[in-house]
Amino acid sequence: MKKYSDIELKLKSVKYRKALLKYIKLANAGHTGGDLSCTDILNVLYNDVMNVSPENFKDENRDRYIQSKGHAVEALYVVLADQGFFPESDLETMCQYKSKYVGHPTRKVKGIEFNTGALGHGLPISAGIALAAKKDKAPYRVFTMLGDGELAEGSNWEAAMMASHYKLDNLVAILDHNTLQITGRNKDVCSPHPIDAKFEAFGWRVVSVDGNDINELRRVLNEIPAETGRPTFIIANTVKGKGVSYMEDVKKWHHGVPSDDEYKQAIQNWMHRKLIY
Amino acid sequence: MSLKPLSLGKANLEEYSATLIELAEKNSNILAVTSDSRGSGKLVSYAEKYPEQIVEVGIAEQNLVGVAAGLASTGKSIFATSPACFLATRSLEQVKNDVAYSNQPVALIGISAGVSYGALGTTHHSLHDIAALRAFHNIDIVVPADNFETREVIKFAAQSDKPIFIKFGKKKMPHLPRLEEKFEIGKASVVCEGTDVAFIACGETVAPAYEAARLLEEKGISSEVISMHTISPLDEATILRVADKCKAIVTIEEHSVHGGLGEACAATLMQNGKAIPFKIMAIPYEDTVAGSQEEIFSHYGISGEGLKDKALELLKL
Repeated sequence: MKKYSDIELKLKSVKYRKALLKYIKLANAGHTGGDLSCTDILNVLYNDVMNVSPENFKDENRDRYIQSKGHAVEALYVVLADQGFFPESDLETMCQYKSKYVGHPTRKVKGIEFNTGALGHGLPISAGIALAAKKDKAPYRVFTMLGDGELAEGSNWEAAMMASHYKLDNLVAILDHNTLQITGRNKDVCSPHPIDAKFEAFGWRVVSVDGNDINELRRVLNEIPAETGRPTFIIANTVKGKGVSYMEDVKKWHHGVPSDDEYKQAIQNWMHRKLIY
Repeated sequence: MSLKPLSLGKANLEEYSATLIELAEKNSNILAVTSDSRGSGKLVSYAEKYPEQIVEVGIAEQNLVGVAAGLASTGKSIFATSPACFLATRSLEQVKNDVAYSNQPVALIGISAGVSYGALGTTHHSLHDIAALRAFHNIDIVVPADNFETREVIKFAAQSDKPIFIKFGKKKMPHLPRLEEKFEIGKASVVCEGTDVAFIACGETVAPAYEAARLLEEKGISSEVISMHTISPLDEATILRVADKCKAIVTIEEHSVHGGLGEACAATLMQNGKAIPFKIMAIPYEDTVAGSQEEIFSHYGISGEGLKDKALELLKL
């Protein structure tokens, strides 16, 4: 795997954000806010951490990524395109009649392991794959990303209990903790807090990071398996709508599509900015 | 008399576990996944013999199916075993997305199906599973009638690359005769041939259909008994064939009258322009009567006598 510098990865995040916005604008649909909050996580996973590529996608020892918060598929699509799983121009058909690039992950798209989008599914599936790796004494790891609103789904807690019981230290759940869900703040909708204490009580190793900080993400995601016998839960503190000033931390951008002027403003913003992201 | 009385075999559930033990002996890739259900799934001996080939997830059916799908995605041959009432309800969304839509070759084994749990009541009955799963794309649905069909479908599931839902009960089942001693998914078995009435049944209701055929034979009425073990994909050719040769059709199933085998047969007939006296014998749309499986069957006319009477009524005899 090519080793990217921090600056190269930060540039990739800008490229991904611009691209996902472009395709959301074209499709006139997408989960913009959540795409932008998890872009840096996907960037680091695919460019710096996981042993997965178009060439080894059939290899049984490849690392697995299951996107439990399936609605942020636009971010995943642009990252997979950049990895060479398919031409980026395919995304011009996103959400169009007969396109395979639908609004949630589907295995029809190369690079996607599981069809997700209904919440609370990624963690049980990932625990199953991680358990298979343990049974086969295989070296691969399993990464899944959850939304914070998604923690209300009970199936997550069934899987959390079981992953700890089977000591799945090859399993990593990353929480895209942007604190907002479609109705409002998590804490006001149905509070998941304290998240760290809950997962610790379930037997997980819990780590908190700035989920929009490339350097921090590189550090924590590259130390898996970190602790023998314990699955890892990474609370990635992110900003919903990250990188587009008027979208940041504003709930209406959960699945808002920018107007022509708003789109121009966002793109120009990146053109003029230095490497903040 | 040409229709002989049937000899009793074991419960299909027992046959399932015996078959799984045989398969696991040759295939270390086989994994049973259970939700505190190894006892009710008769998998205790299996677990003792192959402790590395059973995964226990506790009483958590959503996780059971999600984990099963994850395991299957790595090439393991998965038998996710749980009471049908929970497997096809509590984990329905996992069956839809993680298994069927994601095309993971999990065998979902619904044990103690239908009203097998009898007087334990509606919480433990599974009378909707065919209706629910038949509407999902990409999942085979099989309801074996006897030990032979159970063994064969389990062997099929172990090498299938497609999702499958298999359900059966825990009562000892008679060995059924069949014209051809073979089992093919999507191809109904002919238990006996006749020209007056056709009984199209599945699972544990095939035996009472055969009993009805014997009673009718005493009256000089000939019955075709079909074990429609595969509900999806449905063997439409057999349904149309018996519609052409018989004067009436009775469908029988341990399922709600809504959305099961009977309605599937009715749709096939209607869409192919076949008008024939027709009756669905199933559990009606009401609060199911309390009782043992046999009592519930008998209450709703799913018995040799009840089915014989229904056939006579349709034949206007």
